[in-house]
Amino acid sequence: MGERTQSTNNPPSPPFSKGGMGGFEHRAQNTEVKMIATRDAYGEALLELGKKRDNIVVLDADLSGSTKTAKFAKAFPHRFFNLGVSEQDMVGTAAGLSLTGKVPFASTFAVFETGRAWDQIRLVICYSNTNVKLVATHGGITVGEDGASHQALEDIALMRVLPNMTVIVPADAIETTSVINAIADYSGPVYVRLGRVKVPCIMPPDYKFKLGRAYVFRIGKDANIIAVGIMVDAALKAAKSLSSQGIDTGVINMSTIKPLDEDTLLLAAKSSKLIITAEEHSVIGGLGGAVCEFLSENYPVPVKRIGIRDVFGCSGNPDALLKLYGLTPEGIVKTVEEAL
Amino acid sequence: MGFAAGGKITDIETLKNIAREIRVLILKMLTEAGSGHTGGSLSAVDVVAALFFAKMKFNPKDPEWRERDRFILSKGHVAPLLYAVLAKTGFFSVELLSTLRKIHSPLQGHPYCRTLPGVEISTGSLGQGLSVANGIALGFRLDKISSRVYCLMGDGEIQEGQIWEAAMTAAHYGLDNICGIVDNNGLQIDGPVEEVMRIAPLHDKWAAFGWHVMEVDGHNMEQILSALNEAENIKGKPTVIIAHTIKGKGVSFFEGKVEYHGIAPTPAELERALKELE
Repeated sequence: MGERTQSTNNPPSPPFSKGGMGGFEHRAQNTEVKMIATRDAYGEALLELGKKRDNIVVLDADLSGSTKTAKFAKAFPHRFFNLGVSEQDMVGTAAGLSLTGKVPFASTFAVFETGRAWDQIRLVICYSNTNVKLVATHGGITVGEDGASHQALEDIALMRVLPNMTVIVPADAIETTSVINAIADYSGPVYVRLGRVKVPCIMPPDYKFKLGRAYVFRIGKDANIIAVGIMVDAALKAAKSLSSQGIDTGVINMSTIKPLDEDTLLLAAKSSKLIITAEEHSVIGGLGGAVCEFLSENYPVPVKRIGIRDVFGCSGNPDALLKLYGLTPEGIVKTVEEAL
Repeated sequence: MGFAAGGKITDIETLKNIAREIRVLILKMLTEAGSGHTGGSLSAVDVVAALFFAKMKFNPKDPEWRERDRFILSKGHVAPLLYAVLAKTGFFSVELLSTLRKIHSPLQGHPYCRTLPGVEISTGSLGQGLSVANGIALGFRLDKISSRVYCLMGDGEIQEGQIWEAAMTAAHYGLDNICGIVDNNGLQIDGPVEEVMRIAPLHDKWAAFGWHVMEVDGHNMEQILSALNEAENIKGKPTVIIAHTIKGKGVSFFEGKVEYHGIAPTPAELERALKELE
């Protein structure tokens, strides 16, 4: 079922002080943390959605086994359309289906979905404001061994710049499931970025994603880490380590990058001396860009952006790559310590 | 006027006259706007007039009617043609045509679907309409709606690779509710299609992609109607009609002139053109 479990590495010692909005530990202490890839959660969520609603249709461009849309395809073959290796056509076809009242979910790898078909997304989805859900998998550096051609490090920027587009990066399987259900009920273009590798389930089991609403694990007095995707888990670990050194650090999961939860961001900026952004994406144009744009105009505070620093990725196993590019709890800790 | 669902004109002379009136509207609105695409708007008039006045079912008073036939203008730069036809069929007033390309007008330089009834999807970046048409056709099939989807493409436009992706898709899914039309006027911005980037053999290409192919004189109303009727009877595969046309058709000094691809008539040219048409 695409799940494995892993023991928690650090059984939390003194219970973390809670900032009134949650804490760092939602799971029972010393229990197993579920490891599930967000793409697997997508495949399951889509299948369940398909059972509930017959206006859900799914498109893929010859990667249904990897994007996990194959599950939907098997259950609802007449509502699944494989377009072959033709992302531009897939996007246009999805827009057409939406014009007949269907709610199309179109999936492929993030590089191809947002890059190859960008002008199509711009014209027949965003400009036309059609009700198409673009759910891409294989976002970020953790694509791993396939290397730079397949590692989407620009997709958030490419999607965020388009008017009418909503951009969401879920942190784990729990959030992914909630996101998929939420966007099916939302009318308009949405981009969801998912990952390839298994990641720990860190959101509370009863968590409900609200579009445009960040999830605050905790607000810190010294630094606040605004993170998305797999970097939320890294941020939680970093914050724990920092706080044990007396640096009061908060963590916010800014899963909706557009529209940005400005109120929460402002709260974080006003509460601490430093804002850190963390994403598995270029530091240009993604979460870091969005946060800097907002804060520089509204509440200028020091910001440090953690992400890929304007370079292409390379082959390697995902963990080695995360380490290479500093996308680790240690990398975040170092950035905070240097900045304060 | 107004063409309620199923209301159709079958008299050839009446249709020819409507096509002439549409040409007048196009020239007037382009001159008023001072810019826009004259040549390709005029070449496709007869085909589009046949579709809207003789063939398609739709209701201007209920533009979102679920079972309407759909028209996708993939060659979005000939928006003036679409606007003239939509105004003449009663989607909006003819007076609105004079706002073409002006600030705050719903008549954008290229079709924008959010502000103008009758425009199904925004177009203008070439090569995208056929994919959208396929999506609509698949949706109709899921809903067991027997309506048809028409997609007008330019001959230069089909140099875009996405057209051929979509051509494969329509054939793969056996979309016999799709009718593509290629406005084969032989000219594109930089010159003759044959010189810029050869698309021949056009008939064989579409046939090889699995389409039923027909060729007509795109200014002969009888041939156009007969092809559109035949297309409805082709089952199991999509149909494309290659309409052989003349760029700038209807105005002698625009005909076959590549330089009138993307410029509007001057007031003096309009005066001369109207004399030829009226």
